[in-house]
Amino acid sequence: MAGAACALYASRAGLDVTVVDRGPVAGGTTGAGEGNLLVSDKEPGPELELALLSGRLWAELAAEPGLGAAFEYEPKGGIVVASTPEGLTALADFAAGQRAAGVEAVSVGPGQLRELEPYLTPDTAGGVLYPQDAQVMPTLAAAHLLRASGARLLTGWNVIDVPRGADGAVRGVRTDRGEIHAPTVVNAAGTWGGEIAALAGARLPVLPRRGFVLVTEPLPRRVRHKVYAADYVADVASDSAALQTSPVVEGTAAGPVLIGASRERVGFDRSFSLPAVRALAAGATRLFPFLEDVRAMRTYLGFRPYMPDHLPAIGPDPRVPGLVHACGHEGAGIGLATGTGQLIAQVLSGKVPELDLAPFRPDRFAPAEEDA
Amino acid sequence: MTAERPHLAVIGAGPAGLAATLAAARHGVRVTLVDSAPEAGGQFYRQPARELGARRPEALHHEWRTWERLRDGLRTHQQQGTVTHLTDHHVWLVEQHSGGFTVHALLGPEQTEPAEVRADAVLLATGGYEKVLPFPGWTLPGVVTAGGAQAMLKATLSVSGRTAVVAGTGPLLLPVATGLAAAGVRVAALVESADPRDFVRRSRALSAQPAKLAEGARYAAQLARHRVRTLIHHIVVEAHGTDRLEAVTVAALDGAGHVRPGTGRRIACDTLAVGHGMLPHTDLAQGLGCRIDGVAVHVDDEQRTDVPGVWAAGEATGIGGAALSLAEGHIAGRSIAARLRGVEPEPHGWAGAARARTGLRRFFATLDEIYAPPAHWAEQITDDTVVCRCEEVTGGAIREAVTGLGAGDQRTVKLLTRAGMGWCQGRMCGSAVAGLIGCPETAARRPFARPVPLGVLARAGETPAPEAEG
Repeated sequence: MAGAACALYASRAGLDVTVVDRGPVAGGTTGAGEGNLLVSDKEPGPELELALLSGRLWAELAAEPGLGAAFEYEPKGGIVVASTPEGLTALADFAAGQRAAGVEAVSVGPGQLRELEPYLTPDTAGGVLYPQDAQVMPTLAAAHLLRASGARLLTGWNVIDVPRGADGAVRGVRTDRGEIHAPTVVNAAGTWGGEIAALAGARLPVLPRRGFVLVTEPLPRRVRHKVYAADYVADVASDSAALQTSPVVEGTAAGPVLIGASRERVGFDRSFSLPAVRALAAGATRLFPFLEDVRAMRTYLGFRPYMPDHLPAIGPDPRVPGLVHACGHEGAGIGLATGTGQLIAQVLSGKVPELDLAPFRPDRFAPAEEDA
Repeated sequence: MTAERPHLAVIGAGPAGLAATLAAARHGVRVTLVDSAPEAGGQFYRQPARELGARRPEALHHEWRTWERLRDGLRTHQQQGTVTHLTDHHVWLVEQHSGGFTVHALLGPEQTEPAEVRADAVLLATGGYEKVLPFPGWTLPGVVTAGGAQAMLKATLSVSGRTAVVAGTGPLLLPVATGLAAAGVRVAALVESADPRDFVRRSRALSAQPAKLAEGARYAAQLARHRVRTLIHHIVVEAHGTDRLEAVTVAALDGAGHVRPGTGRRIACDTLAVGHGMLPHTDLAQGLGCRIDGVAVHVDDEQRTDVPGVWAAGEATGIGGAALSLAEGHIAGRSIAARLRGVEPEPHGWAGAARARTGLRRFFATLDEIYAPPAHWAEQITDDTVVCRCEEVTGGAIREAVTGLGAGDQRTVKLLTRAGMGWCQGRMCGSAVAGLIGCPETAARRPFARPVPLGVLARAGETPAPEAEG
């Protein structure tokens, strides 16, 4: 997704773009994501600024003829639910900080919550409505942004080296199917971004953080917003390797309800985990009791590209001239893709990027931190 | 007395599962046989519903004596308490944990209540399902799968419809056509796409299984007796009808597998039974992390998967019919019995079954080559032909995902078009999608072998076992 967005904005800035992927379109984490475009789960800071910029850009893209419908853009808003009065106090404080940073956040009482979400459990202390939260279908978004970019698309080409010239600058990429020459290489390899960086001689600590998503049978619309429990925010910000689950429930344009979100650091282990999926089901049925009798059709997993400080790497790598990073967005890669693509295009066309890239510097990690 | 025996869970009560159950029980293992049907037998020995009071159910089955032996063996072990047979149990997941395995099932027919079986080892004898390739008009009422027609015959002893065409490819078409004819249906044609030259080319491999050849000859004689016209190297290119099936158009194939222009002819019928072979059920194996080769579960000489404690036998390890399933099941049961007692198994004890397995595997590998769908079958799918029936995805939408959006594999096409995301999870359309893309067919990952209520999922592992644990 990040690569598709970089291709789109770079092409529109007048650059000649070739997209190389060892798999198919959206074959990595994108195809395993829910397509969240969220501001609600982000505390004030650089990531929230990037999310606000990205949200505006997503809305602009969705307004282009045919594009919004093609990737199922839904500005449906998010609702964060607190189950206890203490939780509600913490949530209210969090929302106040976000409001000061430009987020629309509306406090809602328990009664009002049931009006917004009629099937929600009555056992809540209250919540906050975030009208700026939205959703896209991530695989369709990546495919349609790539098509709209007009970039040359080489799927099934595996990058095996990033050759550099005598001056140390990158000269393009070498793949199993031939060499592609370019003065700039954008590393949008997501969870595998550390490997591409290493091929170019730079260290970038991107680690996989596994997540499962449960998909139900198609239903008439009963979950209107993206609804999640307040402890989700704490889980997102956590550094723990152990399994964490907090229910995130949302309906989709196509009918099924999607249930996330588990987080565990288990490397690239693709095996099914009943404990993770069981916890998702338990959390979701607590939020929406009607889901008890609804059937889960399938479940899938993906690997979020996790960086030790939970911020992506965006911008030129000062260690390797010509190497630019756009990866490490953890679980927010779809949402943050447009802003990332825009910033990368601004850098590549010699403009001043509209956000300060210092917090996203790819060389910000001291070696000791890298094994966190 | 049985409590201290090691405990094996067998998933599937078809030929493979039954053979394994009996072999393991005879050699000191306590077995719980878990199956979704109300009676043992699987698809092959499918039993007529009891209330029909069939006097001669064997009329629809061959190998009836083998079935009687399996059935009686099962009864004896049940009476001795060495085998528990759980019917109407629909398994959605087999879980491995430190204490062994838990088989998670839903009780039929509603499939809302959970049941769990804990065991020291698992045999997956989950069988296969029918492969059907789409063509214009295939969604009309009156078009059924070949296996569906046969299952209907075996279970209800009757079929609706007066005039039928049986079409597709594979050895299953023969018993379906003769079965329909024997049930009083006029079979207007048997349409087989295989190239007769392939039979000639591989006649040596085929003649190594004289019993199978005799079976084929028996069917041929029955077809002749019922005056069923057989069209070899032909396919159904379209099914016609407004509210339901009224006729089909069949056409001849050329040497390269394209439809020969000008050969189309219309055959009136109210039933079309169509099938293109079988595919293994591999969902439970994949949930356990077992290695899959192509579309089948990988096993070694003892029918062990690469996951310790998990064996597989029968169609799940590759399509090969009931006799091969019996041999594999027997070997698996013997291997399990030895290994659960901590003993190295002695393969000479099952040498006969091993010989049968070798010969039958070779024979079915040859059949697989002969009865492959024609090379260019996907050309028949028009852009408005619905390919994924659950999500109503057309051939045109799938082609657009490939040519317009850069998809080159089943998973990406699924994500872009929703083909395979519906109720059947791509079991029906997976082969067709692979054919349209032009990529090899692979077994899709389906961690849940069937849909499971979220309430059941949320409490999975907390259900008491339906019997005393050993």
